[in-house]
Amino acid sequence: MNEILQGLIQAFWLVLSFDSELITISLRSLYVTVTALVISALIAFPLAAFLVVTRFTFRRAIVVTLNALMGLPPVVVGLIVYILFSRSGPLGVLGLLYTTSAMIIAQVIIITPLITSIAHQSMQELWSDYRNLLISINISKMQRVGTLMWDSKRALITACLAGFGRGIGEVGAIMIVGGNIDNATRVLTTAISLETSRGDFALALALGFVLISLAMSVSFATHWFGKTERGDLR
Amino acid sequence: MIRALLIGLMLVLLQVTSAMAGKVRLAVTSSFHNSGLSDHLIPHIEADLEIDIQLIVVGTGQAIKLGENGDVDAILVHSKPDEEEFVKTGFAKHRREIMFNEYVIVGPSSDPAQIASAKNLLDTFHKLSKAKVNFVSRGDFSGTHKKEIEIWRKIIFDPKDIGSRYISVGSSMGKAINIAVAFDAYILSDKATWLNHKNKGNLAIQFEGDQLLHNQYSFLPINKKRHSHVESKLVEKIEEWLTSEKAKNLINSYIIENTRVFTFNAN
Repeated sequence: MNEILQGLIQAFWLVLSFDSELITISLRSLYVTVTALVISALIAFPLAAFLVVTRFTFRRAIVVTLNALMGLPPVVVGLIVYILFSRSGPLGVLGLLYTTSAMIIAQVIIITPLITSIAHQSMQELWSDYRNLLISINISKMQRVGTLMWDSKRALITACLAGFGRGIGEVGAIMIVGGNIDNATRVLTTAISLETSRGDFALALALGFVLISLAMSVSFATHWFGKTERGDLR
Repeated sequence: MIRALLIGLMLVLLQVTSAMAGKVRLAVTSSFHNSGLSDHLIPHIEADLEIDIQLIVVGTGQAIKLGENGDVDAILVHSKPDEEEFVKTGFAKHRREIMFNEYVIVGPSSDPAQIASAKNLLDTFHKLSKAKVNFVSRGDFSGTHKKEIEIWRKIIFDPKDIGSRYISVGSSMGKAINIAVAFDAYILSDKATWLNHKNKGNLAIQFEGDQLLHNQYSFLPINKKRHSHVESKLVEKIEEWLTSEKAKNLINSYIIENTRVFTFNAN
């Protein structure tokens, strides 16, 4: 119990003193996860909308697979990305292993099924309301996809936050493909793992509290800019 | 908004990563890092040679695997039979001994297995095999784990016969110590990591100073013939530095809790 208190105090001082290492590590955490999230969203949202407005043979199979992949174990993703990008692997010549790029790739694989599934679910519900209207005014498939994405933007923000949460707290994959290299690929979660293995629980906890506050600030900022959860019930 | 934030972040990171020219990746054993020695040495090497050294901290087993795949330029490990095999198969050019420290047996301060009075290391392990005490094993094919297996073999005992009190954890040295603290268990650790570890709980060194507990660390540069992209020239410079008089002074002067933990022995 005492260690939790010490961790809180240490976290407080770390943040107050603008510890340059802490700032770099935190920014790197944000950079990796936000970049992965943007790429994932660019793949996931159009894919989800497409799966809603069209009907083809393997549509259900794809939806079910994506739902199942929400639980993709990060450590397995890490291992697969490692084998692909290892110098002895098929993509080894790119020299991407142990860089933030490899970490982003791993996180894209982890996040994409999750936000596709959430986005698909909410667009599906919207589609049952909009279907007849959109078909009767005879707009193109692309326009239907656009309308669905725009009108379900609140749900898409939630999907992004879920993806962000999964990415920012993830350690299994980025430890393998990033290597937790000081000044290059160390992020908050891998730093916490390192300090735990040194037995410095107070510092590990302090970093943990910084990570939690970071995730909370992102959520608050999103709601602030998105103007959600305000005003009257609608 | 998000785009502006991203661009800002990228600029910050680009500056950080492109600060130095030559870049070398070393896979090092977790004890080299957990002991704090890497923080003591690496900044000097980087400053003297103007090289950016990236450490991948793993167990000896994984370090060798990364070396085989060509994902690192050199490895610093501690398991002689594996190292010799690694040179024989042509993955490393040679094996250069750098320094040694020693393993110790850490256990509950009440010493229920009474190993403090043991005659030698083998006697210690005999006692541990008979006493009803917990024993935590690294279980990750690291150098320390291989040393432990070697000792059990010497007394012709299969630790699995201890049953559920033999706890194989598959973690780094530091994490394994954390688990030993929680179980009030005995554990084989290198002395430097133990002394540098902050969460010691109720445990203390119970046995040390047997010849078998010698722990040699060696540097193995990856063979350019196997992996043409390795930074052979920079690695050569690092090897030269690690075997220099300056390295000798720095390694021998690394003190934790008034104890000199590593001894330089390169030639």
